[in-house]
Amino acid sequence: MSTPGYAQERETTEGKVFTVTGGDWDSLVSGVDPIHDERIVVNMGPQHPSTHGVLRLVLELEGETVTEARTVVGYLHTGIEKNMEYRTWTQGSTFVTRMDYLAPIFNETAYSLAVEKLLGIEDQITDRTTTIRVLMMELNRISSHLVWLATTGMELGALSMMIYGFREREFILDIFEMITGLRMNMAYVRPGGVAQDVPDEAVRKIREFLGFMPKRLKEYEDLLSGQPIWTARTKGIAVLDVTGCVALGVTGPVLRSAGLPWDLRKTMPYCGYETYEFDVPVAQTADVWGRYEVRLAEMRESLKLIEQALDRLKPGPIMVEDRKIAWPAQLAIGNDGLGNSLEHVAHIMGQSMESLIHHFKLVTEGFRVPAGQVYVPIEAPRGELGAHVVSDGGTRPFRVHMREPSFVNLQAIPAMAEGGLLADVIAGGASLDPVMGGCDR
Amino acid sequence: MTQPEGLFGVTGSGDTSGFGGLVRKRPVQLEAQRPFGGWFDEVVDALEEAYPGFADAIERVVIDRGELTLHIVPAKIAEVCQVLRDDESLRYELCSSVSGVDYVTEERRLHVAYHLTSMTYRRRIRLECALTVADPRLPSVTSVYPTADWQERETYDMFGVVFEGHPNLTRILMPDDWDGHPQRKDYPLGGVPVEYKGAEIPPPDTRRAYR
Repeated sequence: MSTPGYAQERETTEGKVFTVTGGDWDSLVSGVDPIHDERIVVNMGPQHPSTHGVLRLVLELEGETVTEARTVVGYLHTGIEKNMEYRTWTQGSTFVTRMDYLAPIFNETAYSLAVEKLLGIEDQITDRTTTIRVLMMELNRISSHLVWLATTGMELGALSMMIYGFREREFILDIFEMITGLRMNMAYVRPGGVAQDVPDEAVRKIREFLGFMPKRLKEYEDLLSGQPIWTARTKGIAVLDVTGCVALGVTGPVLRSAGLPWDLRKTMPYCGYETYEFDVPVAQTADVWGRYEVRLAEMRESLKLIEQALDRLKPGPIMVEDRKIAWPAQLAIGNDGLGNSLEHVAHIMGQSMESLIHHFKLVTEGFRVPAGQVYVPIEAPRGELGAHVVSDGGTRPFRVHMREPSFVNLQAIPAMAEGGLLADVIAGGASLDPVMGGCDR
Repeated sequence: MTQPEGLFGVTGSGDTSGFGGLVRKRPVQLEAQRPFGGWFDEVVDALEEAYPGFADAIERVVIDRGELTLHIVPAKIAEVCQVLRDDESLRYELCSSVSGVDYVTEERRLHVAYHLTSMTYRRRIRLECALTVADPRLPSVTSVYPTADWQERETYDMFGVVFEGHPNLTRILMPDDWDGHPQRKDYPLGGVPVEYKGAEIPPPDTRRAYR
């Protein structure tokens, strides 16, 4: 077991005895230049509070300067895409919602838009459905950006920001709970429409949110923007210009912080975004500060969008009319969450055999989707979220691939971190806003 | 992988779902005829003009649901991407997505799909390469689109497609020592026993009595 030269060994009645001398330290140390060889490899994560979930970074350091950064992902891989191939098209919503868990509504919407495009029923989606989707997406964008602001604040030393960020996010999650029955992973947006209508109570609550949120945003800005530590930790840190962003496929607020106003809601509109009035905030600094400013401004734009969406919310159906596609949408929120409404259960169990058969077929087997493939991209809080959905004509997806902005954006970490300080790796990584559930799927 | 075996002990079929052999043959996608309509003609014409090897590289053009798909000879994919990115009338600067699809009933069953975005013209295009399982190789596009790096790694990980010239083609989502490529259609769902706190949970296909 022991190598000659390390320790001498001899057998005694007590067992083997090693004599450790270690006398070669002088010759070992003299061969090392103490100034130029401080290269150490530091493993950060996967269980590290400031790497946003289970992200692992392997950093090569010279002193405090990062010379090489490698990103290791995959710790949260749950095989969502594979699992979806074994469930019906409608059940797919329940899977995609768990990908990027901070932006579930976006995952569901991208997936549902793709399935609707495959079905060719885009024109049949009702106005109310689209408006509710926009409303929910923009609320979700704010809640996602709030988590970004909260966690990034915490990571860079502004602990109180975390408490405030999560406080307001909690309010949005309450709104979600009121509308969908769940705070997260709601499977609310479904192919053909949404699961549940928005109650009036929720509209009042959203109005209340619109009332106080601008003031709160101002408070965050007052708290952070003038703060010398916050400025020092964000300005000129982790710079990535437009060329770098496009080459590395980085989209979303990071790309816009570099000065390119590329927002799919404006450039390739969907869900009727072209009819809303809002701006695409950009920054020119291409650093963490720019991304902070862009995200703050985006929350304000989202507030505008929510207000417009609320004004447009006219009564109407929330599912397509086609009974062969529409999930028996007579759902209601009971004490134990979302389920079939009591009227619906009474109807299928006591009044109409045909309805029961129809319900049974649609729920167990699902609807068929004509064969083909589509790619539907939308602007998620982190960038372009694309759903590549393939059907072979059956009742289950043949293949679903989500182009996750977290996954693609994380490739930019070496470009941002190398040559910088160790502490700025945290700031740079946080400014990408990666969500590992989305990255690893 | 040896004999594919699926849920509930299903064997001898590409359908590993166990839901009663619901394998369907994909309907033949018809080749689109000119004029394609809209900007599709413009893009195909521009590519034909800018790329001398057009006739040898493009297998067919498919237009479905308002999306343009060019089926490319796998060996030419990097060249085609280079032209699509650099030509002034094409300008596909952003490679949005690279992923795979396993059309299990076909001879060249492994497809690699590239979704390119032209930010200048606000257009999207899909490139598709079909490969056999016996020789799943094609050139990497990382030299044209650095963003394809991880996405090609994922496609390799999930489908076993080998991207030649990729700087570091290793698994990315699955563990390094994983066996097989999980997104292939003959790779079953489940089938891996899970150990948790000393107790072993059998894979789904052996869990139930009615298998």
